[in-house]
Parts: sequence; C-alpha cells; structure tokens
Amino acid sequence: MPEHDQIVGTSPLRKEGRAKVLGQAKYVDDLSLPGMWHGATVRSTIARGLIRTIHFAPEVDWSEFAIVRASDIPGENTIVHLTKDHPCLATQEVNHPEEPILLLAHREKAALLAGVASVRIDYDELPGVFTIEQSEQAVANNDAERIIWEGSDYGGTANCFKQYALYSGESGETEDSLAAAFETADYIVEGEYHTGAQEQLYIEPNGVIAECEKDAQGNVISVCVQGSMQCPYYLVHALTLVFNLPEGKCRVIQTETGGAFGGKEDFPSVIGSHAALLAMKCGHPVKMIYDRAEDMAATTKRHPSRTRHRTAVSKDGKLLGCEIEIALDGGAYATLSPVVLSRATIHAPGPYKWPFVRVRAKAVATNLPPHGAFRGFGAPQSLFALERHMDKVARVVGLAPEELRRRNFLATGDRTATGQLLDEPVDMERLLERALDESNYDAKLARFAEENRSSAIKRGMGIAAFMHGSGFTGSGERRLNSVVQVELLPDGRPQILVSSTEFGQGTNTILCQVAAQSLQIPYEQVVIAQPDTHMVPNSGPTVASRTAMIVGKLVERASTHLLDTLRAGSGLALSHTPEQFTKAALAYLDKHGSLRCSARYEPVRPVEWNDELFHGDAYPTYAWAVYVAEVAVDLNTYSASVTRFDALQEVGRIMHPVLAKGQIEGGVAQGIGYALYEKCVWKDGRMMNNQMTNYIMPTSADLPEIHVHFEEVPCVHGPSGAKGIGELPMDGPAPAILNAIENATGISFDTIPLLPEDIFVKVSGFTNPEHGGSGELDPDRLGEFLPEVNA
Amino acid sequence: MRSDVTGYELNAPPSLQAVLTQIASEPGRHALIAGGTELMVALNTGRLASRSLISIQHLRELRFIRVTTDAVHIGAGTTFTDIRRKEIIARELPMLAQAASWTGSIANQNRGTIGGNICNASPAADTPPALLAYKASVTLLSLRGERTIPYEEFHLAYKKTALEPDEILYSVSVPRAYEGWRQYIRKVGTRNAQAISKIALAGLALVRSDEIQEIRIGAASLADRPLRCVGAEGAVRGRSVAQSDLEGTVRLGSAALAREAKPIDDIRSTAMYRSAVAANLLEEFLRQLSS
Amino acid sequence: MKCGIQLAVNGEERRVNVPPMKRLLDVLREDLHLTGTKEGCGEGECGACAVLMNGELVNSCLVPALQANGARLCTIEGVSTEGRLHPIQQCFLENGGAQCGICTPGMILATHHLLDKHPTPTLEQIQEGLAGNLCRCTGYMRIFEAVQKAAEAQHAI
Repeated sequence: MPEHDQIVGTSPLRKEGRAKVLGQAKYVDDLSLPGMWHGATVRSTIARGLIRTIHFAPEVDWSEFAIVRASDIPGENTIVHLTKDHPCLATQEVNHPEEPILLLAHREKAALLAGVASVRIDYDELPGVFTIEQSEQAVANNDAERIIWEGSDYGGTANCFKQYALYSGESGETEDSLAAAFETADYIVEGEYHTGAQEQLYIEPNGVIAECEKDAQGNVISVCVQGSMQCPYYLVHALTLVFNLPEGKCRVIQTETGGAFGGKEDFPSVIGSHAALLAMKCGHPVKMIYDRAEDMAATTKRHPSRTRHRTAVSKDGKLLGCEIEIALDGGAYATLSPVVLSRATIHAPGPYKWPFVRVRAKAVATNLPPHGAFRGFGAPQSLFALERHMDKVARVVGLAPEELRRRNFLATGDRTATGQLLDEPVDMERLLERALDESNYDAKLARFAEENRSSAIKRGMGIAAFMHGSGFTGSGERRLNSVVQVELLPDGRPQILVSSTEFGQGTNTILCQVAAQSLQIPYEQVVIAQPDTHMVPNSGPTVASRTAMIVGKLVERASTHLLDTLRAGSGLALSHTPEQFTKAALAYLDKHGSLRCSARYEPVRPVEWNDELFHGDAYPTYAWAVYVAEVAVDLNTYSASVTRFDALQEVGRIMHPVLAKGQIEGGVAQGIGYALYEKCVWKDGRMMNNQMTNYIMPTSADLPEIHVHFEEVPCVHGPSGAKGIGELPMDGPAPAILNAIENATGISFDTIPLLPEDIFVKVSGFTNPEHGGSGELDPDRLGEFLPEVNA
Repeated sequence: MRSDVTGYELNAPPSLQAVLTQIASEPGRHALIAGGTELMVALNTGRLASRSLISIQHLRELRFIRVTTDAVHIGAGTTFTDIRRKEIIARELPMLAQAASWTGSIANQNRGTIGGNICNASPAADTPPALLAYKASVTLLSLRGERTIPYEEFHLAYKKTALEPDEILYSVSVPRAYEGWRQYIRKVGTRNAQAISKIALAGLALVRSDEIQEIRIGAASLADRPLRCVGAEGAVRGRSVAQSDLEGTVRLGSAALAREAKPIDDIRSTAMYRSAVAANLLEEFLRQLSS
Repeated sequence: MKCGIQLAVNGEERRVNVPPMKRLLDVLREDLHLTGTKEGCGEGECGACAVLMNGELVNSCLVPALQANGARLCTIEGVSTEGRLHPIQQCFLENGGAQCGICTPGMILATHHLLDKHPTPTLEQIQEGLAGNLCRCTGYMRIFEAVQKAAEAQHAI
C-alpha cells in the first residue's frame, strides 16, 4: 500500500465525463445494429389467474411479426436469481399485473403498438393478496385460495419466500435473557413502522439490444446482449439457463448506463432474456427499450416493509434488550428477497450495544410485480424503524434523542448483535458531537421552540445514527470469488478489466485512480475496458457498496503485480517517470507479446460467518454515520419540507472528494424522496401512478442545501483504506426527517412516505374521523391522463 | 411512446382566417394544437383521441399582449413566458404573473399558452383561478363573427367549455381595475416546482376601513372545473376584517366555501385534504386583509 | 402522410421528410442521427429531451415536427465548438455535475438558456431555471456549483 496517496484522494476528471458533457456517450437507445428489429412485451392485465385463451386479432398481418411464447424457450423457462420460481414467460398462471406472457418483434417499432394492442388474453381470475397483512392472513386462516406461492428449495414456505432469526447469543439462552430483561426493565417501549415501495426512477429506462446466432439446423449456438445494466455476469447466468448454452456462448456487454440504483441489478436478466429470445425467433438483432410507463409499472421496486420493535430500557436510558419483527413484501416471485431480508435483519439493531437481541424476519409473497434491489437493500427499511423507535424510547425515558444515542453507541472493542468484534476504531460519539455541531443543532432547537409558538410554520430538528455494511454479507465475497485483471495495451498503457460497471457512481474513475497510483503513473494514462464478458473477468456484481473496497483492492493488487513484473522483467526502476513506464511496458510486450496480471479475491482477514445462525462477521467493515435534518412543516398546507440537511459519515478513505460528495448528496436526495414525496399508488397490485407527473420525485426547487462532512478511519479491506459509501446515504434521511417533524409538530409519524394528506389527517384527526390521508388516494382518477383527453 | 404518429394529420393553416375557415367547414373534427404541452403528452401516452390536428402555434395574430386604458388583452397563443416577461402584468396583475410562473417548467412555459391552459379546461389549471378573480372576459371567434363573454361563463362542466365547434378562443381580457386592491394567490402542488395543483386559491379584495367592499375568489381543484367561489364571496362581502371581527368573518367564509366546494379523491390528493387546505388558504387571505 | 421540414440544427441547414406529428425528439435522434438529446419520460417532465428552439428552451418530446419547420435549433452537439468544450460543459465536468450523464445534455442546455437570460443568477434563479430537469443521481448540489462556476467563467470572458 502506498504511503502517501497522490491520486487516490484527489478529484481527477471523470473518466467518461467528457463524452457525457458532449452528449457523445452512447446509451443503448442511441445504438443501432444493421437489420435490427424492435421488441415489445404482451403483459398480464390481471394480478392473478389462469390464462384461458390468447386471441390474435385477424386484422393484423401476424406473418410480419415474430412471436415468442414460453414454449419457444430452448432451455429453462426461468429467470434465475436465488431460486427458479420466476418464469421467463408465463405459461398457464399469472401472478402479478404486467407479468410477461408473450413477446413480439417487428421491423417497425410503431407496428408493435398495434401488435400488442391486438393480442387479447382471457383469464380465469383468482383472488390475489396485495399487502403483507393480506398475505399473512391467508396463511393464518389456512385460506388455500390465497396461498399464492407454495414454497421453494431456498427455504420458503406458503406465501413466505424466506425467514430468518437472529439471536445475539444461543437462541434458548437469549430468549430467557430477553424475558428477564423485559421483566425487570423500567420501561418497555413498543412501536410499529411502515415503509412503502419506492421506484428507482433512473432517468434512462431499461433497454437492451440482443443478437442470436444459429447453426444451419436452426439451433442457437450463441447469444449476445448489450444494454443498460449493473451486472453483466448475472445476465450471462440467466441466459445460460434460458438458452441451455455454456457461459462462453452467452456474451453480455454493458453500454453506458443512465442510472441504476439497484433497479438494473436483477431486472436485466428479464429484459435481456426476452430480447435474446426474440432475436432467436426473428433471426435479426432485436432492440427492446421500455418507455417510462412500462418501466415503472413492470419492473422492480424497493420492498415495502413493516417493522415492529419491542424494547426493554432502564430508567437511565440503557438499552436492555430488543425484540424486532420485520416483514418485507417481496411481490410475486422470490427474486432477491432473501438477500434483502438478510441485510434488513443484520442492520435492524443498528449502531447500538444491545445486551440481548432477537430479530425475526420474513419476506412474504404478494401479487405485485416482484420487488428487487434498490440502494440500501433492506437497510433503509430497518434503520427507518430503528431510528424512529430510538426517538420514541428517548421520549419515554425522558432523555433527549441524542443523549439516548450517546448512552448506547457501539464503540471500538464492542461486539455487534451478530457477535462481530469491532476491532477497527469506531467513534459514534464523536460523529454525533460533530454532526450536532455542524448543523447548529442545539441553538436551532432552542430557537425553533421559541418561534414555533407564534408561527403557522413549525420548524424542527431530527437526527439519525446508523451504519452500513460494505461488501457482500458474510462469506458472500468468498463465494463471489471475484477476479480482476490489468493488462498492457499495445501502446503500453495499462487497461483495467473488470465486470464492475459505471452508472454514475464513479466506478471507472476510482478504479483508474487506484491503478494509476499503484503503477505510479498519471491517472490519464490508465484505461478501463468496457465491461464485455468476452473480455473481462467476473469481478462480481456492482452492488452492495463493494466496488471501491473489494474490487478496488483487487485492482490495487493486480496493478502492483503488473508493476512488479515490469520491474523484474524490464528493468523498470523503483522510482520511474511515466515515460519510463511506457518504455518498460513496450519493451516487455516486445519480448513477451502480452502482459496480463490477475488478482483473485482473498479476504484480508479471516471472515467467520454462520449463515444459519446469523452469527459472526456480517460484513468486512462498516461505514458509520450521523445525519441531521432540519424541517419546516406548514400547518396551512400540512406540507413538510427539508430546509437543511447535514450528512456526516466515516468512510475509511475518501477516494475522490467530488465523487464522494456527489454520492452522498444524491443518496440524501433519494432519501428525502423516500420520506416525503415518492408514493407508489397501487390498485389490485398494479402501480397506477406510473408516470413522472404522478410519481413525485424532488426537483431542484424541493431539495435543501445538503452539507456533507467526512471522517476517515482507514480500513484494511479497501485500497488506501476505503470503505463503501454508495448505499450508506440512503439509510439516514427518512428517520432523521420524521424525527425532525415530530420535534417540530409534537406529532409522531411512523409511516413513509409521509404526504401532506397524512400530516393533515393526524393534525386534524383528533376531532375528525380517519379519512383524507394518502391511503385514500383514488387510483382510478388519474387526472390529466384520463382516456378522454381531446381538444 | 404509445402512439403511431403516422396515424395523425397535422397541418398549419397560414392565417387565423384560414383556421377559422377550416374548422367552420368541418366543425368538431379537428383538435387545435398550440404549444402542445397537453396534447403531445396525450400523444405520448397513447391517449390522443383526435386524429386530425390544426396547428395554431405559429399564428402571430394570436400571440400578443395589448394594453389599453381599461384592460390588458392577451392573445390565446401567448405563452406563459411571454406573460412573465410583460412588465405591466407583473405590476398590475401579479396573480396572473405568479400563476404563469408556476405552470410547469421553464421549457413548458416557453411553449404552453394561456389559450391552451384555458381551453384544455382542466379543473387543476393554473391560470383560471386568477382570471376568475380578476373577472376576465374571453373573446371567441368564428367565421360568423366574434363574441365576448365573462370568463366565469366559459367552463360549463368537466372539460367542457362554451366554445362552439366552429369557434376558437381569440383572447383573454383582464380589466386594469385593481389599483389599491389586495391580491393573494397560492398554489399547493405535489412539490415546489413542475407540479399539478392539488388546490390553488386566488383572492382579490377591495378593503376600506377594515371592511371588505368587494371580493373575488377563484379556485383550482375544488370542483369539476375552475371555481369562482361566489358562496364564500357572498358570505364575507361587506364584513369586517378588523382584528376583533376577523375570527367571525373567517368562519363565515370557510363555512360557505365548504358548502360550494366539491373536491374529489384522485391519484394526487384527497377531497378532505383539499377542503381543509382551501379553508386554510382562504383564512390566510382574509387574515392578510386585516394587516 | 409525410411533410418536408426544414431546420437549422447547430448552424447547419437540414431537411427531413417526416409525419407532421413526429416528435422533434425523434426527428433529431432518428432522422438527423443526433442522439445526444435523450428520452427520459415522454411527458415533458424530466427535461432530458430539452433543446433550444429559436433561442428558447423547449422539451423536444412535446414539439411536433411540423411546428419546428423553419426553426433554429441548438442541441447538445452544438454547444461545443470543434471539440472545444463550452465553459458550461467544462464546469460540469470539473465539478461533478454529470454522474450517469443521461440528464446532462438537457441540463446543459437548460443552463445555457438560464445564463443567457440571467448571466449572474442567484441560487434561487438557478433552482427555478433547472427545476424542469430531473436528475436522479446528484441531488443537484454539484450541478448548482457547476452552474455558478460557469456563470463566473462566462462573466470573466
């Protein structure tokens, strides 16, 4: 590891930034292949039922179309994630609105509109379940008609994709200790917290272009899919099953991707397989781009959640024990729910010292389009509940919210709820002090308390303290077994080969910084290859806040290996100029033809994790944070807005100050949306506000100044000590904001998104019946999008 | 994109006269498109029912702001940006300037027209509350001639206007009669910018010696069309806004407003919320009259 | 039924034959092969399709081709000069104003338009000027800074 960072820690220009500001970056819809057709999907219009008949209207010349049915799938009719319950195309059963049933391709994009509209499907509808409660009820009542998912080899039972139990010690002992703790506690505090679905809303919708090569007999010999995605090798894997082909015959290339946030982690396996099947059927390349309405209605969202806390606490504010119950709504198929649930479970106890913990968690099935990955991946849900609950505990005990935190933070040398030893420095107290200082917390609290007395606009402050685990859980990184390569190009420049993708967060830039620093050459001299699975090794998916830390470390090692090779093989001196490096590189190539150095994942320190018991080292490391929200609630309009936000986090090492700031600011903005604006309005499992006019994302006029502050405690796992930061900022804003709203108004809100309609109900609710809240939004009245728009 | 554009006709007759001639010969057959900020959204979402469109966006005859001693006359093809840039509107008709500034984004303001806003007749439209409060009049034109009616008679039912099939909205006229009047306008949307109204209120009042001599209130999203709140007006007209009387006046106004407003639950907001906030905005307006 | 449309795009006279209701966005991308202008929503909400038409910012997904006949258009491709970045582009690049980049063309044109009307904008004017361009990645802070730097840079010229 270099002693002084010269490139890591600075803010060089984004590697692909010039192309982006010039408008020259090519996203998948900017690309065309010769002879390319277009594809579209015929989808279920009901939530659950059996397909009875499919009619193709006779007015359409169907000979111009390629039609793909489930029966056309050469391999398995499945989109593999963790289990194989998710069909690629529905056969007899449909389990959610918008479920793909048929695929159509045509030479002309406009013809597809008529095509899709001309397929009529008749169903025998079956009853569906649309909420966590309805799904649970079906099981509790033994209602066979409403058991919508039977179970799987992955640890599922009726209507339940997965369950976990986390105990801080041995389960029996911990139960006894908890019982005792609750028995003797001065206070028992209970709470229930809800979070809604959230749409990733990347500004570039999902899209791919697929090609298929067949032999003379018409058998598929290879497929190639390029498009907008986070994890090229996930799609490779999906294609191997759909086409019954080896990995080497399934080529996937990531194109410039216009935002992802998890929404393009698992979903490309669906659209990629579909486009490839159409290419197979029509014999031409096929482009499939979803328009915004389709993307919002048919693709994955953040899992809605319900979390129940029961906390034993002493009268001097010491946490004595907690029982936490988490339920996530997984939608109709398991997809990634077990892993989202896992992260939710592990993060549920937060950054606190709990003598005894029990977390029981489950992901249930509903007849909604399957939910999937979204930045944070279960942690935002759990941490929302926890941090709201901590404020409640504080109030019951009679302590200020920050004081309760202070008395219970984990510190260096403590063990987490999973028994992980925090032997890297952790100083939450210091983060708290600094966050309160930066945000002028005490002075504002006092000022607002005074001003609120005579103002219709109530102002308040709220905090959230939390952490986020970097990298895959437990032995996940070992299973991923990531590989990174660095090779020499013919002109002597080093090129990084990874499957890690850029989608705005800065992958290209930071990995080139690491390589440049390790190789002791300028950042500008390093190249990173487009992720093409025929060219790059599998460095793992670009998820879980792992790229900087895990993949970065591998880039560092591979680069170092390359440098050592040049030193040994070409006489490169210990201290060299960029020109000398090039000279040595060319000399090496001249002599040996090529140079490619590999690094494969090795845990820097042993990682002990028990998947069954949820015990051990859950993550290689954690980033720690305290966020402070300042809000204003207008009691004339019942609108809450964030007027200032302070985000303070300890992240190991800031690899690129501008990018790091951008990550936190962007994450905070999404967190603000999660808390106050972004509501999914469902009707019988279908998202009815699937348009940007009606799904409300904050604009530049809605967001406050976001102040970002960093601390650095280098960790051994990442290059130059870096930890992951991509998802961390998603966890803190929602609870901090709702804590601030309670401070401002004296009213407790425990559900997000919190809309003005909901604030109105509670503010006026003491005399009026419960009505008028955002649960009353009428999904059938779309306003400006009613069908009869005319002049 | 949910429409096949080859299935639509669009032509741009060279003059206003030519447009009138075309719609007179085939009344009701064509949709008029100005800036396109409504109709093109309908096209994009596959909901544009009319297959034949006539563009009026280019007609200079419709894009003007003429100031006479009595009124400001705004051509139907005048964009929101045009309105925002006109100094006299900012000065004398601030509610209209304000309404134009919160209609969509800058890009949509550059294209959207006051005529389109009115004729599309959404109950949530941004300019109608101000125009109702200002007691604007609208001039409708056809080959048969022109007629001017009070704007408050323009909206007949949900998305149904007084326009005859062969008529086009020519201009909106706003009296220059409000020197010394108190003006209030507030929009509550789903967010601070680029938002459709959940509820908006425009209030115009002449107050002398703490007494409301004259008052006009226009509202969005409180009915199936832009609402002139004559009930609320009647309840507070002639009443006192002195500090000691304010409570009573507010209560009367709110009660009357609650009776005449018929908001709905839709995908954006709820009836109860709209009612409650409308009452609060009215109270805010009346309280301002007191200071 | 197609019609002939004449456009001056980034200083160059172009002529296309398209259905009159074809969206200007699609004319740019498909007929003129200028793919810098992006589609994000098709509703005029996200601003990714924004271009300058006769000097005014418009959402090209809402402009029918016929109405662009005779217009002077500036797309993102026309902002730089012979590969030299415009100060706005340079400032976006240096200040982290572009992350995933999909909103960037529209955002840069909105900035161009803003600075044209308000050469030294206040933060409020910047927020208003860019409120029609949605960015999901940045939280807007880096963009505001890029715009402020661009205003300074242009002022200095």
